[in-house]
Amino acid sequence: MTTSKLIRLIARTGRIAEPAPEAAGERHAGARALRGSVHVRYVDVGGATDCAMEIAAAFGPVYDLERYGVRLVASARHADVLLVTGVVTRNMLEPLLLTVEATPRPRLIGAVGDAAIGGGPFVGGYGVAGVVSDFVPVDFEIPGSPPEPAEIVAALRRISGR
Amino acid sequence: MNLVTVIVTLVQVILFAALAPLLVGVMRQVRARLEGRAGAGVWQPWRDLRKLLGKEPVRARGSSWMLRAGPLVLVLSSLVLAALLPLVTTVAERLVTGDLFVVVSVLLIGAVALALVGLDAGTAFGGMGSSRHMTVLALVEPTLLLAIYALSIPTGSSDIATIVEARLEDPSIIVSPVGLLAMAALVIAVVAETGRLPVDNPSTHLELTMIHEAMLLESSARDLAWLEFGSWLKLGALLGLVGNLLVPWGVATSTDALPVLVGAAAAGVKVLVLGALLAAGEVLLAKLRLFRVPELLAGSFVLAFLAVAVSAMVS
Repeated sequence: MTTSKLIRLIARTGRIAEPAPEAAGERHAGARALRGSVHVRYVDVGGATDCAMEIAAAFGPVYDLERYGVRLVASARHADVLLVTGVVTRNMLEPLLLTVEATPRPRLIGAVGDAAIGGGPFVGGYGVAGVVSDFVPVDFEIPGSPPEPAEIVAALRRISGR
Repeated sequence: MNLVTVIVTLVQVILFAALAPLLVGVMRQVRARLEGRAGAGVWQPWRDLRKLLGKEPVRARGSSWMLRAGPLVLVLSSLVLAALLPLVTTVAERLVTGDLFVVVSVLLIGAVALALVGLDAGTAFGGMGSSRHMTVLALVEPTLLLAIYALSIPTGSSDIATIVEARLEDPSIIVSPVGLLAMAALVIAVVAETGRLPVDNPSTHLELTMIHEAMLLESSARDLAWLEFGSWLKLGALLGLVGNLLVPWGVATSTDALPVLVGAAAAGVKVLVLGALLAAGEVLLAKLRLFRVPELLAGSFVLAFLAVAVSAMVS
């Protein structure tokens, strides 16, 4: 695409982000120390990538989670919040524990989707070690299979407080 | 070196330290708007820094004191850079003059500290980032030196403050062929030095394409805050230098209160406008393949070399 076409496309498209919904209620108790800046590391420990797609949509231009001060980061060492999706499989148990250990305090861990919260249909599978709360303390949950981007946005707004 | 010059230099350093997070906020906001997003607001980098400074760092087992000291060295080198460059005032009565060799060496100290931080934890991506950073740096430093040298020929001094003053007195130097060639080379070198597109993508999450980010992967909390702040301050100071070389009007030539205030305001406006332009330009660019980056930097070196050659022919 030529530069002039790109400029015209930008001018024609304008703003894609939807208007921000009303503030999403009480701020999460453990989030006060973050003071309006939330860096998120996404950890998939055995999900079906449905939750991953919804999280990606929440950070996309339509829902624009970044406008509330929430950002996806490339390293657990930069993160304040870990979003964990899927049921914990045997092979991903150690990476999950290492990721939590590598995240500086104060940190929050969120279980996203029914599989991460209760296991869903995967409970008792031969490759399944358990659900997220069996191994690491879970601070907040986002139920749904998968949850809608708007619900993920609302949950993370309660942490960033914006 | 008297009390007034010290105060003026302090004003310049504090202004740029305060401006650096705002500059990055403005650049991210411009980018977000052009992408159709609402954006996190221009104060978000401030909030990020405030939060990071309050967190407990987690350092990898086996990492050394370099992981702790490196970020502070980077911040110090950026602060020295902000003090040396003629950003608010061109008054050259300093302990160390803002000579072009001094400025490039100060840049190098910060860059080496950053590369050592990347190597320290011994992870694959950190080392890869450091090696790429050094490759880019080895190509950028000669261009920076040669470009500023070309700018110094019409004035006969390698002190950057004197160069800016000469351009203020005789603006025809700015649009002369030598000036234009040298500025084009300098701008490419500054873009590469500060890790912006098309050399490095500052917002990438793909480890394989990272240069600057890859070196930060193992740093956390306040270590990370200082690394980010040091890089932002370097970007602000270098944009301020480019601004004062391109549009020298407004910069203070004395240490009286009013010219310094005007100079501070002008420097702030120039840096923010240049930052917004850079961010808008970045939206239209894709990152160059790593193996094409040396071609771009070699091109900028040729421009700087031509500038020197042309000025030799003219004089």
